[in-house]
Amino acid sequence: MEVLIVSLLNGLVYGMLLFMLASGLTLIFSMMGVLNFAHASMYMLGAYFAYSISRVIGFWPALVIAPALCGLLGAIIEMYALRRVHKNGHIAELLFTFGLAFIIEKGVQMAWGLLPVPYRVPAVLDHPLFRIYGSNFHAYRGFMLLISALMFVAIWLLLTRTRIGLVIQAALTHPDMVGALGHNVPRVFTIVFAGGSVLAGLAGVIGGNFLVTEPSMAITMGPIVFVVVVFGGLGSLAGCFIASLIMGLVQTFAVVVDVSFADLLARVGLHVTSATPLAEFLTIPLPRVGALLPYLMLILVLLVKPRGLMGTRDT
Amino acid sequence: MSEPLAHPATRPLTAERSAGRLARQWPWLVALAVAVLVPWLFYNWTAGRHSGFMVAMLSQMGIMIIFALSYNMQMGQAGLLSFGHAVFLGLGGYVTAHTLTAIKGGSLWLPLELTPVVGGLGGLAFAIVFGYFATKQRATAFAMITLGIGELVTACALMFQTFFGGEGGVSTNRMTGHSLFGLAYAAPVQVYYLIVAWTAIAVALMLLLTRTPIGRMANACRDNFERAQFVGYDPRMVRFVQFSLSGFFAGIAGALYTLTYEIVTYDTVGGAMSANALLMTYIGGVGAFAGPVIGAVLIVLLQSWVSLLSNSWLVYAGVLFILMVTFAPGGIAGLVMAHQPIARAGRLGRLIGPYLRLIGPSLLVAVGFVLVVELCSFLTIGAAQGKSLTLSGITVDPRSLAPWLSAAVLLVGGGLWLRHEARHFGQAWTTVTEEIKAQGSRP
Amino acid sequence: MLDRLNRIVSTLLAIALVLTAAPAHAQGTIKIMYTDPLSGPFAQVGDQNLQQFKYIIDYINGRGGALGRKFELVSFDNKSQPSEALLALKAATDQNIPVIMQCSGSNIAAALIEGVDKHNERNPDNRIVYVNCGAVATELTNEKCSYWHFRMDAHVGMKAETMVRALPKDVTKVYLLNQDYLFGQSVQRDVKTFLGKLRPDVKVVGDELIPLGKVKDFSPYITKIKASGAQALLTGNWGPDMTLLIKAGMDAGLDIRYYTMYAHLGGGATAIGPAGNGKVRSVMSFHENIAVETGKTDTEGWTKQFRSTHDFDFYAAGFRTIFEFLQAAMNKAGSADPVKFSAALEGLTITDMLGHQVTMRKADHQILSEYFVGVFTKGVKYDSEKTGLGWRTETTVLPKDLDQPNTCNMKRPTS
Repeated sequence: MEVLIVSLLNGLVYGMLLFMLASGLTLIFSMMGVLNFAHASMYMLGAYFAYSISRVIGFWPALVIAPALCGLLGAIIEMYALRRVHKNGHIAELLFTFGLAFIIEKGVQMAWGLLPVPYRVPAVLDHPLFRIYGSNFHAYRGFMLLISALMFVAIWLLLTRTRIGLVIQAALTHPDMVGALGHNVPRVFTIVFAGGSVLAGLAGVIGGNFLVTEPSMAITMGPIVFVVVVFGGLGSLAGCFIASLIMGLVQTFAVVVDVSFADLLARVGLHVTSATPLAEFLTIPLPRVGALLPYLMLILVLLVKPRGLMGTRDT
Repeated sequence: MSEPLAHPATRPLTAERSAGRLARQWPWLVALAVAVLVPWLFYNWTAGRHSGFMVAMLSQMGIMIIFALSYNMQMGQAGLLSFGHAVFLGLGGYVTAHTLTAIKGGSLWLPLELTPVVGGLGGLAFAIVFGYFATKQRATAFAMITLGIGELVTACALMFQTFFGGEGGVSTNRMTGHSLFGLAYAAPVQVYYLIVAWTAIAVALMLLLTRTPIGRMANACRDNFERAQFVGYDPRMVRFVQFSLSGFFAGIAGALYTLTYEIVTYDTVGGAMSANALLMTYIGGVGAFAGPVIGAVLIVLLQSWVSLLSNSWLVYAGVLFILMVTFAPGGIAGLVMAHQPIARAGRLGRLIGPYLRLIGPSLLVAVGFVLVVELCSFLTIGAAQGKSLTLSGITVDPRSLAPWLSAAVLLVGGGLWLRHEARHFGQAWTTVTEEIKAQGSRP
Repeated sequence: MLDRLNRIVSTLLAIALVLTAAPAHAQGTIKIMYTDPLSGPFAQVGDQNLQQFKYIIDYINGRGGALGRKFELVSFDNKSQPSEALLALKAATDQNIPVIMQCSGSNIAAALIEGVDKHNERNPDNRIVYVNCGAVATELTNEKCSYWHFRMDAHVGMKAETMVRALPKDVTKVYLLNQDYLFGQSVQRDVKTFLGKLRPDVKVVGDELIPLGKVKDFSPYITKIKASGAQALLTGNWGPDMTLLIKAGMDAGLDIRYYTMYAHLGGGATAIGPAGNGKVRSVMSFHENIAVETGKTDTEGWTKQFRSTHDFDFYAAGFRTIFEFLQAAMNKAGSADPVKFSAALEGLTITDMLGHQVTMRKADHQILSEYFVGVFTKGVKYDSEKTGLGWRTETTVLPKDLDQPNTCNMKRPTS
């Protein structure tokens, strides 16, 4: 029971961190069709910006300024480069973001060096919030939950209660129609790309000190975010939210549940020995493959539902 | 991702065309001749041996040519974007490694020259298994399934010792003592010629495949899969066949990889290798059959050669990708093909002048950019590595103002000049194409 | 204009030089080919090694180099790929470079051992020695051992034994957590072996393998460790898998001993931060406070000078030993020919910078050197990466205590 509660909390925190990253990508991917490989690079930039800013004027201003910088950068990239590539098709855009990721990575190495930087949790939040069954729940984790929840609400309100939000939402499902109705679709694209970058940057600010701020943080975070977005389904923020939580919880619980196929077979009276065919495969305990489950789930979901969990649009 | 990925004009096969077809394949023969001769340019006469590095790089090119072409069977010809193509290269390699060990151990007899077939069959077998699932979907769903498969296989390669050898990989020895021609294959250059031969075979086979009904149907399903369905073909079946065949050729590439390096490790199935296939194919050009060949040569040069000269090679690679996708979406082959109508009209000479005028400013910009990147890199990373930035035998101090200033001048000055010349070039291009159009419409 | 032309020509010349494999001049420098990842997200590994090698080579060259010639390092970026490392090998043999050196990744080391073996067998006139400066899988000097391979770092078995020896008497419950690949699996196996041999009273209450580099949030593992009642966590994890594990432990208030193998490498101190005070330990060949503790003032001065010009700690005492070994072997053999100096290197004993006698064991070409376990703590003379905390020695294991048996069946060249 206690393991269950603690794991639930941990899974929630990790899932929300994934959501912060994935929500921006979902917007960009759904609307522009761009498989943005540089999204995780924006996350990295957010963390590094926050590190530099927090050294000068503190963490709290950084929480606002760093994502804003990422958004600005995103807007510039979209307006002056990505837009030109757009007419060349989606693979061109994908490779564009690919090249961008290389450049950002090297840029970060040049600006901040190859080693991790000491980007730390602010002192106000660097203490245990409460104890649960002998385990501390760190205040910063609570803060992460709060920020990501606020973010979810904010995006929700923005998309459903504002004019531009409604246009974006319409463009998510019917981009051609929105253009036909006379809206400035390129501007909407810029806003979405910048907005997505802001969200990635915010995830960087929050995640950079929770994890480690180093040049490899983008590349290690990249694939899993794609999995979440596609798993959740294009055009659906709610799907993305649910997918993030599922991924967070699955990975957390896979660690705690210590069984293998061999154990399951033993329940029904079949005993696996080293002579059994595929013994190597059957005796692998679940925690060893926990981090791979998202990919397996992704494949399974796509085989059944090519639109993803709650996708509103064909991919 | 619902739009077709490429739009090469597939021309109908008429009698008049097929007559000239063989004659039009001369570039392949030239390429083959070059491939045969190139190692001798790097022959060290004093030591009496080939440059091992050069031969290895050329071998890598051959392998990557097959790999990129097999990738284009999916991307260019069937419109399937895959993020896990390396799986078949790697698995083909693993199968070959185990086969070689079995041959060496005496439990199997097969001349070394034919082992790529085994690798190909290995690739084919796995492509049938994975393809059965993956080709149920198309577009983004397909892409993401292949991403998932790629990640899973990579993870398995690290976890399972018996087949994959874990992190250490499977090493083997290509000197099995069985050869059709009595060759020992101790010298890498012998393996290189084997690769040349197999590349030629694979290229020819893949070229022929594009002319078969299966290849044509793949095109049709890419361009408009609903109509292909109406004609009576099951698009999924077409995707599946194309996917499996592409796995076969990737497996051949994997087998040749094993013969070259005599070791297969998990990174052959990994994401970086899959991304390579995509890059080579796109940079070379998906629209033309020969595009990926050019892309493979270029990317291998970039990775093995430019990376020798500069640790910042990833930046140059990134810039190259961005420039290509922005200005040459058809890849290098697309750029070349754009000149075809002009050449046919005999007006290519008119463009030589404007082209020459582009060289100067482009060089200035390139040098300026390289200088800026290297200066930045040396200021932060290189200085720490204790290297000094040496250009033309002169040691440049990245902390002084002069190099930065000259880099800025080169970049800005060159950029302005380039803009001017590019405009001029654009005008010349438009004039020439307009003239050809006008000429064409005249009776 | 002229300058530009000059630059282009010289670049082309440089390329041509690399490609056409100009033979090294007999009376020039002694070149050492060094290959590790130098670009991409994990470039820091090769970068830090390069910086330390550079510092060491300047020192060794200042003391005469070998055979009156200076050492020169040629670096080759292998991008963490075995195939690229084999390219580096080709580039080295093209230029008749006598030594290829590689530190990072046992998979690359395995590929290089095979590659060097085959090359030397097929090209008797152009041989090369492989100096392994940090690929630690035990099998590399056991089942996979080769005459041409010299390992200048303690292998996993030795590190595991050092770790077990460092466990205090009152620790009786330990938890093992390792990465799921060759290296992590051998750490898991060897730690258990030595626990059984040296500390039968210790109980392994948990034993876990995690997928390499995939886990972002380690708190579920921390929950399990907490529930198991372990007093110490023993891990071979490196990189993010180590720092994230420790960070998650600190956050959850898991107050146990963390025994690692790589926390002392560059970036580790920064990533762990002050929260690791007194909890994190690392099995290491060197840290800057050893010289202070043992009163080796010359060594202290030497590393102090490194500190003043670099932004991370000097941790690679073993690298200096490598060049002292090469220097001694080449001088003893009177030649930089791989066949000759490799014979001189076998069984050679020298005194390292901490005053210990280190030996290149003849049977399997495995170095026998002293090893330490340090704790990351406040109040030491030299802190790490400006964190205010540094390493203090808790346990010292002498070379003779690490003389573990080997299963190497070495084939020596006949000619």
